[in-house]
Amino acid sequence: MIRIDSVTKRYPDGTVAVDNLSLEIPDRSITVFVGPSGCGKTTTLRMINRMIEPSEGTITIDGKDITQQPVNTLRRSMGYVIQNAGLFQHRTIIDNIATVPRLLGWDKARARARARELMERVGLDGSLAKRYPYQLSGGQQQRVGVARALAADPPVLLMDEPFSAVDPVVRKGLQDELLRIQDELGKTIVFVTHDIDEAVKIGTMVAVMRTGGHLAQFAPPAELLTDPADAFVEDFLGADRGIRRLSFFSSAGLDLLTTPIVAVDATAEQIAARTSKDVPYLLVTDVDGRPLGWSEPATLTAGSVDPARLLSHGRPFEHGKESLRAALDGAVLSPTGWAVAVGADGRVTGVVSQQTIGEAIRAAHAEGRTEKVAG
Amino acid sequence: MNVLHFINNFFSDSAHWHGYDGIPTRLREHIQYSLIALAIAAAIGLPVGLLTGHTGRGGNTVAFIATAGRALPSFGLLVLMFVLLGLGLTPVMIPLVVLAVPPILVTTYEAVRSVDPSPVDAARGMGMAESRVLFQVELPVALPLILSGLRSAAIQIVSTATIAAYVSLGGLGRYIVDGLYQRNYEKVVGGATLVAVLALLALGFFWLVARFTVSPGVRRSAR
Repeated sequence: MIRIDSVTKRYPDGTVAVDNLSLEIPDRSITVFVGPSGCGKTTTLRMINRMIEPSEGTITIDGKDITQQPVNTLRRSMGYVIQNAGLFQHRTIIDNIATVPRLLGWDKARARARARELMERVGLDGSLAKRYPYQLSGGQQQRVGVARALAADPPVLLMDEPFSAVDPVVRKGLQDELLRIQDELGKTIVFVTHDIDEAVKIGTMVAVMRTGGHLAQFAPPAELLTDPADAFVEDFLGADRGIRRLSFFSSAGLDLLTTPIVAVDATAEQIAARTSKDVPYLLVTDVDGRPLGWSEPATLTAGSVDPARLLSHGRPFEHGKESLRAALDGAVLSPTGWAVAVGADGRVTGVVSQQTIGEAIRAAHAEGRTEKVAG
Repeated sequence: MNVLHFINNFFSDSAHWHGYDGIPTRLREHIQYSLIALAIAAAIGLPVGLLTGHTGRGGNTVAFIATAGRALPSFGLLVLMFVLLGLGLTPVMIPLVVLAVPPILVTTYEAVRSVDPSPVDAARGMGMAESRVLFQVELPVALPLILSGLRSAAIQIVSTATIAAYVSLGGLGRYIVDGLYQRNYEKVVGGATLVAVLALLALGFFWLVARFTVSPGVRRSAR
C-alpha cells in the first residue's frame, strides 16, 4: 500500500502545487488522480517516484519511507508510463522494452526474451520487435510504453496521462487493454488523467483534485457519481452523471421478451403467431438470428421483407456483459423505444422496452449495489 | 591561361610529386595539423557542450564563447601568437583551435538541449543515472547534429590551416604562400585545389561516420 501522509509541495516562488494531501492507495487496484490543470495531480504522481521531492510530509510504501532507499532503486521498482510514450527513438521496440531489465543487470538474451513476452501481453505483433518507434502509430507506441513499464514486473505502475495524446477510438482500445492486463497482473496502478470519463471507467478509486492541490473527494467511481462531495466535484463530473452511473449496473437482471422476434424468411403463420397486442412491433432478424430492424406486424408480408424499409434497432447490447446504460442507450436510439439484447455471438437473445429498463434502474438504485461492468 | 590550365600544369609537373616540397609531404603535413587542431578543439568543445546541454546551465557562457571565438580573426591571432611564442606548432594551433571550438561547442550544446524532453523524463523515471541519461538517451539522438558541428569545424580547420605556411611551417599553404611570392599562379591554384579536395574528403568522411554511428531510428525520424 502506498500511503501519502500530509504531503505538501511548495515551490520557491510560493506556488503551492499540492496542499497537505493525505490518502492511501490500495494494493492491486487502479487509483486515478483526476482534476483540472494545475490541480497537482501530476505533481503527486511524480512525488511517488521522487521525480519531485515533497516540501513536507512523507510517502511510504508498505510502511517504508520512499526516501530510505537509493532513488534509482526506487524508480526501477516502479513502472513509469508518460504521455506520448517517451520512447527512445534510437532503439528498436524490443530494446526499448528491455530497458529496465538491462538496467537491473539482466543479460541481453534474457531481457529480450522478456520483452517479447511483454509485446504479446500488451497486444503488439512480434513482427514489430525490430522496428523503430517512428514506424509505429501513436497507439502502438503507447502500448510499447506500457510494455516497457511492465518489463521488470514492478509491483507499482505510475501512469501520467498515458492515453491523452491518442484519438478517442484508440484511447478506448488502450483503456480496455489496460483493464484486461490489470485483471491478469493485479498491479498497484496510480493513474493521472484530466478526463473524468477515463477516471470513472478505469478507476477502482478516484481522487478528484481541485486547483491549488486540494483533494476534493476520494471515492470509488460509482459513489462519486451518486454522491459528489461538493459543487466542484458535481460540476467536474458533468451534466449526465445519472446516466453515466448506469454503467455500474449490470444488464443481467433485465427480463427479456423473446416473443416478438421473427426471421426475415418467416412464414405468414409465424408472423401471426409472434404478433401480440403487448408489443406493437416485431423485430426482424437475418437467417442467422442477427438483428435487422423493427417493423409493424401489419406491414410485414411473408416472403417479401425489405430490410431497407425496417425501423432502426439502435445499438444492440450484450445481455449480462454490458450495463444498463448500454441497454437504455439502445432503447433510446430506436424509434420504437425497445432495446435489442444479443449474446456474445451477436445473435438476438430478446428485446426489452424502455419501461422495463426503467423499472430495472429503479430497482438497482434501491439496492444501491454496483459493480464494474464493461461498456 | 585559365584556372583549369593552371591545375593541369601543376599536377602534371612530376617535380611536384617528390621531395620535401612534394604533394604527398605537404598533404601529410596539412592533414596532420588539421587532425591535431580538430582533436584539441573536440576535446574542449564536446565535453563542455555535452555537459552544458545536459544540465541546461551555462547557455549564456556558451553563447559568449562562441561569439568571441568567431570574432577573433585567425590570421591576426596567428601573428600575435607568433610574436609572443616564436616559431613552432603552438602559435598555429591556437588560432585553429579558437576557430574550431565554437561550432563544436555550440552545436553540441544545442543538439543535447533540443532532444525531446519526454524520453529523457521517461529514462529518469525508470531509474537511469544521469550519466546514462546523457550517453544512452540524449547523445544517440543528438549525434547527427553533433557530427555536423564537428564537420563544419573540420572544414574550417582544413581551409584555415594554410596560414601555417606564413610562419614557415609546411602544409598545403606552402604552395599558396610561395606561389604568391614567386608569382607562380600555377602553384597557387594547385595548392588551393588541394585544400578544396581535402575539405571535400573531410565532408565525405563525416558522412560515412554518420552513416555508421547514427541509429536508423534517429536518421529516419529526423525527416
